[in-house]
Amino acid sequence: MSGLMQELSAKALTLGVPMSVQLDLTYRCNERCVHCYLDHDDHGEMTTAEIKHLLDEMAEAGVFMLTLSGGEIFLRKDFFEILEHARRLTFCIKLKTNAIMIHEREAARIRDLGVESIQISIYSHRPEVHDAITLVPGSLKRSLDAIRFLKSQGLKVIIANVLMVQNMQDYEGVRALAEELGVESTLDPTVTPMMDGDRSTLNLGVDNAALQGLFRNESLVGDVEEFCAVPPRPGEDELQSLPCSAGHTACYVSPYGDFYPCVQFPLTCGNVRQQRFVDIWRNSEQLKEVRSIRVKDLSGCSQCTHVTNCTRCPGLAYMEGNMRGPSTQDCEKSYARTGIPSVNLQSKKPSVKNLIQIRMQPAGVAVPA
Amino acid sequence: MSKLYVARNTRVAARNLDGEMMIMSGKDSTLFTLNKTATIIWQSADGATPLDEIVERRICPEYEVDPAAAMQDAETLARELAAHGILDVSENPITPANSQPANSQPANPPAGESR
Repeated sequence: MSGLMQELSAKALTLGVPMSVQLDLTYRCNERCVHCYLDHDDHGEMTTAEIKHLLDEMAEAGVFMLTLSGGEIFLRKDFFEILEHARRLTFCIKLKTNAIMIHEREAARIRDLGVESIQISIYSHRPEVHDAITLVPGSLKRSLDAIRFLKSQGLKVIIANVLMVQNMQDYEGVRALAEELGVESTLDPTVTPMMDGDRSTLNLGVDNAALQGLFRNESLVGDVEEFCAVPPRPGEDELQSLPCSAGHTACYVSPYGDFYPCVQFPLTCGNVRQQRFVDIWRNSEQLKEVRSIRVKDLSGCSQCTHVTNCTRCPGLAYMEGNMRGPSTQDCEKSYARTGIPSVNLQSKKPSVKNLIQIRMQPAGVAVPA
Repeated sequence: MSKLYVARNTRVAARNLDGEMMIMSGKDSTLFTLNKTATIIWQSADGATPLDEIVERRICPEYEVDPAAAMQDAETLARELAAHGILDVSENPITPANSQPANSQPANPPAGESR
């Protein structure tokens, strides 16, 4: 985060302003990505009028950064009506999309509406790998065509690549592709559990050896020695700090109006169909609980070697059963980075000592009494 | 002396945070913050009110300031914001039809953050 943005976020935190919101417009999707955490059936999405009203409330509450995501946002027939309304309210808007429905006309309209950036999921530079993840033949070509349409309009495009077993070998290819297209790219080795708690998608995540390789790739992490160094012990300031911005300056609203601290933190704090956005933000007991947590309160983590630079996600910890506990996926990342198991990983591993024993007594040897 | 009209560019993102405006340029995603005085000018920049009138009616009554100096500062600010594509400046009233799209501004502002 840039210095000025950090300063503004600190001010928003002091003032209790929800600086940044992700609003998912739909969970419906025209791709079926193997790692997706969503149920794509429509269980009663907010109407156009409800979403516009919500946007009015968000603007009034001080929300500045608005991410419109899904599901696939372009499946909503009222998408541009919603986007136009949001821009009239002068939100800074980022779109997350697979982009396969974006052609020249849509790209021009997005430009005219002053969207800040468009994040597009690309899993491989090879169609046979990307399309096998989205389960839609031809999807890579369509997404790449869309990136070109958007770029030709002068828009900022970011390729987002989730690293899994299926595309582990292809991240360099995706980065080269991004460079060729003149767009930014991000790489995330985190596969998240389904929102209903089903953890089967985690089997798609890369193993420790792959993570180690990733974290020792200088072109990805910069100075490898510094990146993989054992972090310093935490000072009092670090122990008193907040674990994450979720619920503090940021939050998430689902297509059904459910209000969570973050898209990865499915703790229902209220519903915007029943309460005003700002009332949930200010008064939700669940948000108050999230806001009360400091690093020193994290069980295990506060004593862990990695506490000062761990990527621990409170939402993933919550989905593991304890919002004050560790998130094992992040423990695994810390382990892959430094070679030192976290407190959480140590407690999970059975003691090796005396795990397998063979007792033998050669024939003819007297057994001591 | 000719009048100067100012209008908020419709392609930027903006929000008031405790009296200070946060603005994200639609041209290059540069983030700006305006102090309280600059925020008053930004909020008054409707394309129809000349800048000297904004300074006279909105700035001078609020602050102990020489009107000529205030006008000079306001014009400098307006031109700087115009160079970044976040404010449109013209010697004629600005309507939505004749306002400039943010990424067609000719100026070449410095990269990075501004205040």
